[in-house]
Amino acid sequence: MPRGLLGIEELDRTEIEAILARAKDFQPLQNHSFKKLDSLRGRLIVNLFFEASTRTRTSFEIAAKRLGADAVSITASGSSVSKGESLVDTVNTLAAMRPDAIVMRHSASGAPHALARHLAIPIINAGDGTHEHPTQALLDARTILDQRARLEGLRVAIIGDIAHSRVARSNVFLLSKFGVDIVLCGPASLLPPDLASLAPGVTLTNDIRSAIRNADVIMMLRVQLERQHEAAFPAGEYFQFYGLRLDHLALAKPDAIVMHPGPINRGRELASEVADFQRSVILNQVENGVAVRMAVLERIVGHHVATAD
Amino acid sequence: MSQLLIKNGRVIDPASGSDRIADVIIENERIAAVGPDLSSMAAEILDASGVVVAPGFIDMHVHLREPGLEHAETIETGSRAAAAGGFTTICAMPNTAPVNDSATVTSYIIDRARKFALTNVLPIGAITKGSQGAELAAIGSMKNAGIVAISDDGSPVMNSRVMRRAMEFARSFDLPVIDHCEDLTLSAGGDMHEGPYSTRLGLRGIPSTAEDVMVARDILLAEATGVRFHVAHISTRAALRMVADAKRQGLQVTCEATPHHLSLTDRELTGYDSNFKMKPPLRSDSDRAALVEGVASGIVDVIATDHAPHPGSEKMQEFEKCPFGVIGLETALGVALEVLYHSGKIGLMRLVELFTTGPARVLHLNRGTLAVGAPADVTLFAPELEWTYDVNHSFSKSNNSPYHGKKFRGGPVATIVGGRIVWRREAS
Repeated sequence: MPRGLLGIEELDRTEIEAILARAKDFQPLQNHSFKKLDSLRGRLIVNLFFEASTRTRTSFEIAAKRLGADAVSITASGSSVSKGESLVDTVNTLAAMRPDAIVMRHSASGAPHALARHLAIPIINAGDGTHEHPTQALLDARTILDQRARLEGLRVAIIGDIAHSRVARSNVFLLSKFGVDIVLCGPASLLPPDLASLAPGVTLTNDIRSAIRNADVIMMLRVQLERQHEAAFPAGEYFQFYGLRLDHLALAKPDAIVMHPGPINRGRELASEVADFQRSVILNQVENGVAVRMAVLERIVGHHVATAD
Repeated sequence: MSQLLIKNGRVIDPASGSDRIADVIIENERIAAVGPDLSSMAAEILDASGVVVAPGFIDMHVHLREPGLEHAETIETGSRAAAAGGFTTICAMPNTAPVNDSATVTSYIIDRARKFALTNVLPIGAITKGSQGAELAAIGSMKNAGIVAISDDGSPVMNSRVMRRAMEFARSFDLPVIDHCEDLTLSAGGDMHEGPYSTRLGLRGIPSTAEDVMVARDILLAEATGVRFHVAHISTRAALRMVADAKRQGLQVTCEATPHHLSLTDRELTGYDSNFKMKPPLRSDSDRAALVEGVASGIVDVIATDHAPHPGSEKMQEFEKCPFGVIGLETALGVALEVLYHSGKIGLMRLVELFTTGPARVLHLNRGTLAVGAPADVTLFAPELEWTYDVNHSFSKSNNSPYHGKKFRGGPVATIVGGRIVWRREAS
């Protein structure tokens, strides 16, 4: 029985495939005028966001509501966290209100893992520090599979601040399980050599052109200025060396797609024309976010038997 | 006149190099005689059959948290944990509140220890005022008050000129300088060893170089000043190599290794359990193996625990917010026996040396020996004893141990301080 979703690393391929297949079932629903199912009717999902996030929180909230569940969202700034309550106490308080799952975003890597040890309620990791963001990787995989028959054999370039990116880690763990050829690219200070040991099939380069060459998928990451504790590269040089421009795209496969987990910084990690480029699937990713999170919630909450605690 | 006769133990005394079945007579808080088949009118006889009788263990790196941080540990509770770990002498690091940077604080600690400690407590003074790294602490008066070394453990002296002056001064007072070698600009913000695991876990790394560059600096300064220099809790392969080089050159450079760095690696961090978070961080398995080899080859002089109590509320936070440090007094011998002795790396003589003559030499202490006339500090341990560590029954006020629930092969059975049995293992 699934106990929650802390990361992609510990998921096996079959489970990922099941979630992606179920998400595909939910895709058409997004275009219906009546979008609500009742498979999680009566269930309570708490979205506990210790770190600001509009799109992930909204996406989880919509996913829960479309499954008929009640969803409550709490952001740190409006909660007892700002009054100095500890993480464990905050979550224990919420747990006493008997939610069926807690969706949690936190700026500290491992925060949901530490809590999962103390709580019987399933925790869904909506991004922990610079560690993992499992539902992002799932929706990215769903988006790629909407464009390609299979993941196997694809070449995916992930470009940007890899060191501080939970999106990169979750994507690497997921894509590697499907035999994808993964190229990680960024300035040396944001691309520690140990990344090559994250999973099989990962190579590293500091050269954006060689990363993009023959790529099927170009995944750009946001420059995480808030996670950099010092100047990791010379000021003003980022876009010059690691920004994605239209002319780069000629190096990739002719039908290569451009992805970005958002929010995008036009002119910082990708040129404005690239964001609006016809093979940019950035908005498809957002749309798939709801379908994938429905699949995850259904799998975890739908199977969760409350009396088993 | 109180007397104690320890019968039929395997007496291992590295100071004299002897290892034989013998009896030990203690009189007036001193070792009175060591030899086979001694008899005495002693009031008390302690049967040590099947047990090793060693000089009292010395832990030269302990945080007792008193004065000022008594919610985490006190001199009394820390010394109880020490006794239960087989230690008869512990050295108190100065990072208390206030910092032990004056004769007043030194005297306070000695006075409290005299009243409440089960073991000998030897204070270590700060290098700089408030361990702020700027102005030298009252090193001379602290020496007169009883400190055995100086260290800004936990807040290392970053300013090399200040460190140079401290070393010159310490040399003139015949005090060793103990450095927690960490370049704070390289380690800044880090929570664990920088390597494949930190990369995988998304935790900020503390590179090995943060330790290495300071060990290099300090060895160069020690050579220039002629001070006795001791590397606290050495953890990297490169730092060990530099200490080995310094020793070959004949410099008075020594180092200690902790039980946790000898037995655990950064792999343990995968559960984000803060009971594995300390400084220096648990390193790679290659570093750990180098440390074990360093002990076997003699580069490492001392095993010291870096016992660092933190109450549970501080350790139950987000990993990055949790303080650094673990307790270790009660588990040190068990861990050392496992990774060094039962693994076949060293014999019991060398193991006892690491806990006795090793630290005694670094600190110039007249302890760590069973020579007639020496203080009657004796540690009895059973190398094959099977026991399980339950941190909930720890004598320490804190329970931040990475070894909770661990089954040990070998451990202390009784601790004698100044001729008095201060701790005995309860029969299980």
